Amino acid sequence: MGSSVADGAKLQPSRAGSRLCVRCGERKAALKRPKTLEQICRECFYIVFEDEIHQTIVDNSLFKSGERVAIGASGGKDSTVLAYVLSELNRRHNYGLDLFLLSVDEGITGYRDDSLETVKRNEIQYGLPLKIVSYKDLYGWTMDDIVKAIGLKNNCTFCGVFRRQALDRGAALLKADKIVTGHNADDIAETVLLNILRGDIARLSRCTFITTGEDGPIPRCKPFKYTYEKEIVMYAYFKKLDYFSTECIYSPNAYRGFAREFIKDLERMRPRAILDIIKSGENFRISTTTKMPEQGTCERCGYISSQRLCKACVLLDGLNRGLPKLGIGRTKAGDGKEHAKHSERSTSSLQGKHGNFDF
Amino acid sequence: MHLTLEFGGGLELLLKSSTKVHKVEVPPKDGEGKVTMKGLLSWVKANLIKERPEMFVKGDSVRPGVLVLINDCDWELCGGLDAELEEKDVVVFISTLHGG
Ligand SMILES: [Zn+2]
Ligand SMILES: [Zn+2]
Ligand SMILES: [Zn+2]
Repeated sequence: MGSSVADGAKLQPSRAGSRLCVRCGERKAALKRPKTLEQICRECFYIVFEDEIHQTIVDNSLFKSGERVAIGASGGKDSTVLAYVLSELNRRHNYGLDLFLLSVDEGITGYRDDSLETVKRNEIQYGLPLKIVSYKDLYGWTMDDIVKAIGLKNNCTFCGVFRRQALDRGAALLKADKIVTGHNADDIAETVLLNILRGDIARLSRCTFITTGEDGPIPRCKPFKYTYEKEIVMYAYFKKLDYFSTECIYSPNAYRGFAREFIKDLERMRPRAILDIIKSGENFRISTTTKMPEQGTCERCGYISSQRLCKACVLLDGLNRGLPKLGIGRTKAGDGKEHAKHSERSTSSLQGKHGNFDF
Repeated sequence: MHLTLEFGGGLELLLKSSTKVHKVEVPPKDGEGKVTMKGLLSWVKANLIKERPEMFVKGDSVRPGVLVLINDCDWELCGGLDAELEEKDVVVFISTLHGG
């Protein structure tokens, strides 16, 4: 394969670590960077990894001094590394940010517990205060309560819609100025591809923005937009960061799973493909004849909505009035299909990494 | 050959015993007298994996998105599938797929 032949790997295949870092020329190389194909040592990797994220933050003016920033924390690899790196950079470069971890507890007995335990350890390890908001706080209903009211059949509509909003509502409750999430370059490339496959032009242009929701109450940003998943996992591994990863095996959405696999296959042949797909997404121009849905805000909670009330408020209305089926069934294309496949199990994937496109 | 294998990122759930670290004895392939990464992968698939092998292997390599380190070095720097293992090597497999 093209990438491995280039630097003589074939000539000297046997021993690990026999080659030197191209950056310092002193220490043994520990990994091959997918972005640049450079072989670098651990220490140099830490430096370039952190510097690139810092550069992304500076170039895109992601933060202002004094801001209160919620790190959407699921206990998984991306948000764990994000919390660690962001608190380092905040100290090192004096961003002046008031950082805290924000986790959502859906209220599913015996489920969320392990990943919340991880986030609780992160709180201590990184010295970041942790706020956990529950569905009970946000909506007045736990996921268990909802399942009791509505049965197992339709609960995916709820978990999809509720999860999509939970971070925003939690951040509002805690008076955050901004939310950061751990979406990485692979995630964004995957979403670009999915939006193309679905013909979802509105989301296609939006999904590559590093900051979204600037017109809404709380903007969201993705400091890992250009950071490869491989490097995030390598970083977590070398630094022995404590993260939680059991849900990874169960992909709730088969279609998304195929897109992911395709991206990973491309990456193996040509690692730059991931950045190139993001670039393609960024450079799409929307023709004026394409109808864009009107974006407004929900009258009741202020969340982005094309209707008078947002989907979550409609569903809540139904629950509270004892008519839990209200709002289900008239689901627009996206929501219903998105969640049709996934079982109860996927309710454990906090903040809808798989199940939604709230980029 | 004595090897230490470590599984992470959820891969441990695919194994017969879902512990992360496995001390194993891997026999060299007949006539070759050595264990390559390629040989190790098929040994793992045959001896340790209990379910959904497609989450771990694809073709004769690991599934794209599974990271491999030999003695804490990215296997892409060590020859990948052709890397020859030595006594007491530590091989780590980490799935990067989902669970952000
Ligand atoms: Zn170096
Ligand atoms: Zn669901
Ligand atoms: Zn609303």
